[in-house]
Amino acid sequence: MSVQINKEKCKGCTLCVKACPFDALAMEGKLAVINENCTECGVCVETCKFDAIVKIDDMQSDINKDDYRGVWVFAEQRDGKLMSVAIELLGEGRKLADELGTELCAIFLGEDVSNEAEKLIAYGAEKVYLAEDSELKSYRPGAYSKVITAAIETYKPEILLMGATHIGRDLGPCLAINSKTGLTADCTKLEIGDEERNLYQTRPAFGGNLMATILCPYSRPQMATVRPGVMKAAEYDASRTGEIINLAVDLDEYDLRAKVLEIVKSTKHAVSLSDAEVIVAGGNGLGGPEGFELLEQFAEKLGGVVGATRAAVDSGWIAHSHLVGQTGTTVRPKIYFACGISGAIQHLSGMSDSEYIVAINTNKNAPIFKVADYGLVGDLYKIIPEIMEQIDQLNN
Amino acid sequence: MYMTEKHELFRKLVKKFAETELTPEILDEVEATNHFPRELIAKYAQCGFTGVKIPKKYGGAGWDTRAYVIMNEEIACVSAVSAIYANTPNSLGGGPLLAAGTDEQLEKYLPPLARGEKIIAFSLTEPGAGSDAGQVQTTAEKDGDYYILNGRKCFVTHGPECDYAIIFAKTDSSKRGSKGISTFILDMTLEGVSRGLPEKKMGLIGAPTGDIIMKNVRVHKSDLLGEENKGFSNAMKTLVGGRIGTAGHCIGVARAALEESIKYSKEREQFGRPIKDFQAISFMIAEMATKLEAARLLTYKAAYLLDTGKDASSAAAMAKFYASETCNEICAKAIQIHGGYGFIRDYKVERLYRDCRVFTIFEGTSQVQQMVISGSLLR
Amino acid sequence: MKILVLAKRVLDTANTNLKMDPIRGTLIKEGVPSILNPDDANALEAALAIKDEDPETTITILTMGAPAAKYMIRECLAMGADEAYFLTDDAFGGADTYSTSATLAYAAKKIGDFDLILAGRQSIVGDTAQVGPQVAQRLGLPLVTYAQNIKIKDGKALVERQLEDGYEVIEAPLPCLITAVGELNTPRYMTAGGILAAYEKEIITWGCSEIEIDAGICGLVGSPTRVVRSFAPELKGSGEMLEGSPQAMAETLISKLHEKHVI
Repeated sequence: MSVQINKEKCKGCTLCVKACPFDALAMEGKLAVINENCTECGVCVETCKFDAIVKIDDMQSDINKDDYRGVWVFAEQRDGKLMSVAIELLGEGRKLADELGTELCAIFLGEDVSNEAEKLIAYGAEKVYLAEDSELKSYRPGAYSKVITAAIETYKPEILLMGATHIGRDLGPCLAINSKTGLTADCTKLEIGDEERNLYQTRPAFGGNLMATILCPYSRPQMATVRPGVMKAAEYDASRTGEIINLAVDLDEYDLRAKVLEIVKSTKHAVSLSDAEVIVAGGNGLGGPEGFELLEQFAEKLGGVVGATRAAVDSGWIAHSHLVGQTGTTVRPKIYFACGISGAIQHLSGMSDSEYIVAINTNKNAPIFKVADYGLVGDLYKIIPEIMEQIDQLNN
Repeated sequence: MYMTEKHELFRKLVKKFAETELTPEILDEVEATNHFPRELIAKYAQCGFTGVKIPKKYGGAGWDTRAYVIMNEEIACVSAVSAIYANTPNSLGGGPLLAAGTDEQLEKYLPPLARGEKIIAFSLTEPGAGSDAGQVQTTAEKDGDYYILNGRKCFVTHGPECDYAIIFAKTDSSKRGSKGISTFILDMTLEGVSRGLPEKKMGLIGAPTGDIIMKNVRVHKSDLLGEENKGFSNAMKTLVGGRIGTAGHCIGVARAALEESIKYSKEREQFGRPIKDFQAISFMIAEMATKLEAARLLTYKAAYLLDTGKDASSAAAMAKFYASETCNEICAKAIQIHGGYGFIRDYKVERLYRDCRVFTIFEGTSQVQQMVISGSLLR
Repeated sequence: MKILVLAKRVLDTANTNLKMDPIRGTLIKEGVPSILNPDDANALEAALAIKDEDPETTITILTMGAPAAKYMIRECLAMGADEAYFLTDDAFGGADTYSTSATLAYAAKKIGDFDLILAGRQSIVGDTAQVGPQVAQRLGLPLVTYAQNIKIKDGKALVERQLEDGYEVIEAPLPCLITAVGELNTPRYMTAGGILAAYEKEIITWGCSEIEIDAGICGLVGSPTRVVRSFAPELKGSGEMLEGSPQAMAETLISKLHEKHVI
């Protein structure tokens, strides 16, 4: 194990046990002992007042990291169309490549997608490694990982970024095993943090309760999947030039064992209140059932669902199934819009754990503003259309 | 300290089940209709609750009294009335069968109870025979291979809905008091059996309670449970386990009241701060928690004694007496902490307060428990 | 049919309000219950559903973790799994997904041949979704992730693989490895009798030497990644009242929410 406790120096103060985020330290008699939960995060090293805990790096690498150069972006396409996350990755990849003084490349797989490949150049890729084949039309782990692994072996990038989509999160782990390297999932922040050209990859863990920064110091390429919507998209500039390099595709039965029989698109199915990421809720302040029509439109724009207070439900403006609070559903969305809701305790207890709360109310002393992250005092019938307008602008 | 890892895993099962299945919507519906859905009883059975204490060979899970207490506690913590439906086949229903039944009787009656397909009621109480259970007026006269039953039982939990009832009736009217009483398994479809209307109760609404009336009902001798004229001691044996189960019920409801109070006192602000920051509230919570813990230990200990073959009758009476009284105190304080909100049905404590009131009354009043406890001390 | 289910014990981060120690920047773990990872429970349920159809099926649980994970394994047995292997060894400690998958793959090979390996898509503590695919890759098995529906027929698995905007239907030959998402099914409860039976069963406990893995491949030593820092996410701060005309407030609001990636 790479974090070790010096038994001579340990005073049994238990500070490290309390500090460990991973339950990896326990007291055995008067000594702290490290167990297998240790991730070598180093919190205990800093916590110990007696320098009794030390960190030893012990993974030896058998590759020459200097053979690896260049930042690669896996350009994900569906139905032959680039996914927006690929453009975001090019934006982030450009930053990293400039900092490292190296080239930004895209790796792109599909069938008859050379037009889209040109776009990648316009978005800033200096090289596009392109593999075209009918078997690559849609994503398949066996085929995709074989082609990309071969390209990595030949061209040796130092960084490979993928979108943390249902495809990227399937592909990434397979590539990491093939290339005998590490992979960090769902990153929200990437930085070049040291002279060793190491990529500092920050991601949420424990359901977002803890952030962790992760390195892949011994092997290359450093692989990361990045959450869609987090990084700033690259600017399109048709005047950019670059090179398209065609990759040989050599697939056999073995690579194609799992077959895609069909791809089914579904329109968004109705989400329940308890699973919703966005909730737009209305209360007495709506003044009547027609208010919920506005909230419906607002919610739809954000892919959210409509909630309501007891007062609104009891007035018969909306069905009981929309009730949030003590006698209804307890919700914990990413964002909760409380529209015309004063904030009675029965309601607050059902929604105050929402990640973000936006309150819109005419009464600036309404208790809802105490739990709100953003408070807007005013007429919701004037404010909500403005907000919807802003969202439209953002989406364009 | 009375529970093993196995018991705690069982607790995890019941807790998860109760929190998932017994949703506020369902519980409101139960209270509104005074009817407990049969689908839920079927789900109980799938998890083995309805037969938790029934031996494996009769289709049960074959657990002990401690598991049975845990089951009552964890279900009651979510819903007191719901706990009754898991409880009865294991205690007052299945208990007398297990205490005195023949193999044929057990094979006939226990498996459908364990599978949740049939509901059984325990009917000892009569208009004139409450705490003084020996004053049973229902009679059973022998007539060849049959007994002819006449009389009226009241306050029978499940009375309006049961398939079978355990009936206590006088077979020898020359004997006085609790002597000369026999136990029968009554099939509710027999001719001459009728039911009263469900009582309008203060709490535990959803488990209907009512009369069972018998008019010249011919019960075959194969449904005589145990020896003739030995019925009362049969009843008393069952009551020990039942009392521990009721104590489990009480600590579940009391825990719910405490948890709700803790939650509410953190949320509710008055005079510019959460009310938990006032000593008047925080000390009430301290007292509630302490008494709950004492009740819990008495209950677990009684169950442990019964499981290890020791005499548990006094311990069971203490557990039932203390847990039920304490539960009432804790629920009353919970309402006080909730203030006006505790008096309205939006809040769970309102129902807890109504449900717990009967705990000091059914399955032997507190005064009967005190008779048992003092009786064992002052012999 | 022989099915292997990969199961992990995790802190219940989804249903607990985890608190951070504001000074040390670490997680307060006291009172946080441990559970069978939710997606893994869906994987086990999928296996149990296959067994419901075909009672000849045997279901084997494979878990790597600290000794306390044994309790969770009992839970899997009480739900209806037939047998369990538990990998625990100091040398397995601090493993990232790369070395975890190595350890699990060695153990799976050692246990024997399987027709199907089921795993959860991801754990709720790591959320990486990497271990399942990496075990498949190491064992050379076809892989289907994000399964929202599984049918086994004629030696093949027909799987609906969830996508962000629909699903794809995948046919994979057995043996293969499938990872389950919550939409796949509702895990059944343990049963009262199942718990008693679970404690009658032996949980086979293995370390490095039993699965014949080199200590250099597993645990932290075999992990290519390193956690260099862990810290509390930025607090969102106290509430803010926005000012100005409805249009101005709406503009400020949306730009702030966008900045924080909320919308």
